[in-house]
Amino acid sequence: MRRQSNRLGEGGIIDRSKPVTFTFDGAPYQGYQGDTLASALLANGVTLVGRSFKYHRPRGVLSAGSEEPNALVELRSENYREANTKATMVELFDGLSASSQNRWPSLRLDFMSINSLLSPIFVAGFYYKTFMWPAALWEKLYEPAIRRAAGLGRAAQGEDPDHYEKATAHCDVLVVGGGAAGLNAALNAARSGARVILADENAQLGGRALDDGLPIDGAPPVQWIDSVREQLEREPNVVVMRRTTVFGVYDTGTYGALERVSDHLAQAKHGFPRQRLWRIIAKRTILATGATERPIVFGGNDRPGVMLASAFRTYLNRYGVAPGRRIVVFTNNDSGALTAAEAALAGLEVVAIVDSRRGLSAEISKAASTAGTRMISGGVVIDTVGKAKLSGVVIRTGEGEDVRLSCDCLVMSGGWNPNLQLTTHLGGKPTWNDAIAAFVPGTHPPGMSVAGAAGGSFGLKDALDEGAKAGSEAVASLGWKVAGPASPRADNQPYGIRPLWLVEASKSKALVDFQNDVTAADIALAAREGFQSVEHLKRYTTLGMATDQGRTSNVNALAIMAKATDRSIPETGMTVARPPYSPVAIGALAGHHRGKSFKAVRRPPSYAWAKANGGVFVETGLWLRPAYFPKSDERDWFETVCREVKTVRSAVGVCDVSTLGKVDVQGKDAGEFLDKIYMNGLKTLPIGKARYGGMLREDGIFMDDGTIARLGEHHYFVTTTTANAVKAFQHMEFCAQWLWPSLDVQLISATEQWAQYAVAGPKSRDLLRKIIDPEFDISDEAFPYLQVGKITVCGGIKGRLFRLSFSGERAYEIAVPARYGDALMRALMDAGQEFGVCPYGAEALAVMRIEKGHISGPELNGNTTPRDVGLGDMIAKKKDFIGRVLGERPGIIDPDRPSLIGFRPVDKNMRMRSGAHIVPLSAPATAANDQGYLTSVAYSPTVGDWIALGLLKRGPERIGEKVRAVDPVRNEEYVVEVVNPCFVDPEGEKLRG
Amino acid sequence: MRIQCPCCGERSLDEFTYYGDASVTRPNAFAPTAMSDYHAYVYQRDNRDGDHRELWYHAAGCHACLVVTRNVRSHIISDVRIAREVARERDAAALPGSTS
Repeated sequence: MRRQSNRLGEGGIIDRSKPVTFTFDGAPYQGYQGDTLASALLANGVTLVGRSFKYHRPRGVLSAGSEEPNALVELRSENYREANTKATMVELFDGLSASSQNRWPSLRLDFMSINSLLSPIFVAGFYYKTFMWPAALWEKLYEPAIRRAAGLGRAAQGEDPDHYEKATAHCDVLVVGGGAAGLNAALNAARSGARVILADENAQLGGRALDDGLPIDGAPPVQWIDSVREQLEREPNVVVMRRTTVFGVYDTGTYGALERVSDHLAQAKHGFPRQRLWRIIAKRTILATGATERPIVFGGNDRPGVMLASAFRTYLNRYGVAPGRRIVVFTNNDSGALTAAEAALAGLEVVAIVDSRRGLSAEISKAASTAGTRMISGGVVIDTVGKAKLSGVVIRTGEGEDVRLSCDCLVMSGGWNPNLQLTTHLGGKPTWNDAIAAFVPGTHPPGMSVAGAAGGSFGLKDALDEGAKAGSEAVASLGWKVAGPASPRADNQPYGIRPLWLVEASKSKALVDFQNDVTAADIALAAREGFQSVEHLKRYTTLGMATDQGRTSNVNALAIMAKATDRSIPETGMTVARPPYSPVAIGALAGHHRGKSFKAVRRPPSYAWAKANGGVFVETGLWLRPAYFPKSDERDWFETVCREVKTVRSAVGVCDVSTLGKVDVQGKDAGEFLDKIYMNGLKTLPIGKARYGGMLREDGIFMDDGTIARLGEHHYFVTTTTANAVKAFQHMEFCAQWLWPSLDVQLISATEQWAQYAVAGPKSRDLLRKIIDPEFDISDEAFPYLQVGKITVCGGIKGRLFRLSFSGERAYEIAVPARYGDALMRALMDAGQEFGVCPYGAEALAVMRIEKGHISGPELNGNTTPRDVGLGDMIAKKKDFIGRVLGERPGIIDPDRPSLIGFRPVDKNMRMRSGAHIVPLSAPATAANDQGYLTSVAYSPTVGDWIALGLLKRGPERIGEKVRAVDPVRNEEYVVEVVNPCFVDPEGEKLRG
Repeated sequence: MRIQCPCCGERSLDEFTYYGDASVTRPNAFAPTAMSDYHAYVYQRDNRDGDHRELWYHAAGCHACLVVTRNVRSHIISDVRIAREVARERDAAALPGSTS
């Protein structure tokens, strides 16, 4: 293992007593606890960390934070593999394995860098212009080749083995960012007793205060930062969330945040998620997100060894790492002085300070003389020298002379952009501030204030003071008592920026967007070709569209476009930032809601019995319903379902129908109310009787159906379909509360309160006689078809009995409170032994309803009317009800509409399938000749043949006609006969007994 | 978005179900103009900038329908009322029988 050649002898806030080993592209390295992957790589002298997206140019570490466009790596392996991770944000842990991306066969020798030579082809918008002819080659050749060459990391192929979770937090004040401004804001807010959340995306609080090392209260800043952190963590009303990025602002004080709970560990601790998605509800928010330094756009500015000056200082001060030994500073502002001074202090050689401003800055010249370094005033760097590593720079001096200097690190400062993205998520527009040559927040989202560099105040003293003020004001505005704002002592640093957007003397590629390989020439091209609006610029060149969201490139690009089109920067505009501020894994957004946990599972009351008795289940909405109950000697489901149907039709079967929606409707006006929401009359329903009811939408389309039982003068009990249970209940609530608010009616969903079983078959009454207590008369005289009554079962358990039939047999539905559901199922099966009872599932239920021509989901499909499904006669003539008026529109009552009818195959061996379309025998199978389709198909063991229900144009008038069923999906075609849709007992003799 | 439910307090949007425009009133089904009245009631909506009156049903809460006044540009909610109360006032103000 190599020595950490670029680790300084002292300094940094890493733990040198805790070495950490890791690998990069398979080679082992050592770093320290507290390093990032980027700082550890730099400490080991690794400057080449990736290849660029389009041209495969060698790339090194540009920044030290979440704005990093270059140093993207793959972390971990196999299904834990995570692509496009910013090395600058990855905390080093023992055993970490990282690899570079987008190179082949290796990082150092990348064949695809030939793209660089082809760069005239890969200019902005190349995919709109080149590779267009011949068109046939695009899909087969061009696109796959381009995709292979241009890419970021590889996604893991298997399921993500990590866990993610979601959580919600509430607070009075949310402070976003834990630098000087944020810490002081949180401290000042917290003293009032208000609930404060401080979120920072880094592992360590302190932000740039920690990176720059400027004194606070006359001492190194780490002392003040640690003392504030300790105070905050002690307070019960404060939550400090480190490694947490607030990525989005939503309405009504809602913020999205991602906490990287375990990313800094080799593996998540048992029971802990990898990441946690937070929804934070805040009454006030203080944005203290700091600022991001801009690169300068000059030739070869992307060569490994070229780095942002702020990042350079971070590596020195925070990690004790020298990114280079011979430093050239290139700046357009006074911060170059600080950088040079820090470098000199660390014992590095500062070869030159290149200041693009003409006229000597006092700050810079002081720094230059302290560091004993060459001062080039009014000069610019026009090119860099080296291959995969910087070996020198070419400088054009203020006098126009080109000088070549040897160096291994060029640090640049093009000024600062406030991190104002969160102020724009709700549509706020940034405004341009000429004094600092940057956009600053314009209108803020409601409840948000901005402090420190995020608002354009780049000095340390200003950050602390603004933080204090924002913290106090936020809590005071919520009514908390608070002492005046308090801040520690600190100084502001001079800035004195004079913008330098582009070094026009550069001949070689000058990168603007490092991650998407957009150059200054691309922007000029976009301007020439008319893509001058920022939105066009972005889409044409892909500028700012990479995973870094253009944090280092957007403003530079805008300024270059402004110059090219002779407009001011604010005239040129600014693209709007949308959430997320930094990428959020889909896994985190999903949380636990994936796989079997995607939705809740509802189990009917007989579930345990059904499971124990071999039931095979089917998902119906959230419900797990038994589909059928195979016996050990049965070969397949088909045999089982046929046997279940035959048993019901010849003896007796039991089916759990508890999943049907159930609504208890009470009140003086309950009948009146039901009359308004069902198309047929219900007010006249006698007590103790049940009736079928159809519910329409206001546009006349069938919405739901079920039975309505009248249990008392003012008491009805309504069932809905399983699928529409929630929707129908909510619809009823809406009608009662909003449409007819004065009716005396109360509704409650009773779906889960009652276990309800269909007991169907010729022997159903005999079976029930053994269950229902003897004092209740269930003879056909006392309890005819559609009778309803209260009963007790099994010796006094209160229940209800409904004589309803979906199967067409003599049948009952028996209901008991849900807690007795399991016991009742067992009791029914025991009592039914002597009658040959069998349980039956959703499949047999469906077969029997098709045999009877009853409609269900496939017919009530949101396109059909009562007339379409043969229930036109039920529509009440005199009363008002939902759907009455629009249900009479000409198109709705058109007799040409496809309506319900039955079908049988002419060739008895032919299996029909639902979805097949119907065309006349002799006409071609075209859409123009389409007359309807098969909705429900089953093999009927009762008929001994395949049967189908379907919707056919003027269906009921065409019984006996032969038509063709055409199924282009399955490539089938067969002749079917139009028949009566009721295949079994059309007179209904069996169900009346 | 969060809605201040008069029964339950401020709750997150995902507890609510949108139930449409609160500014339309179900017309008389027996009026001579019923067909065109219903056409307007079901299909015609203004899509103006600014404040909209909307019905939200507190499905994962108290089951109350609410009339929410929401600015469709800023999403700022300026008023929330129990729909049943609003509907009773509406019906009291209208001619007898106009909603039934």
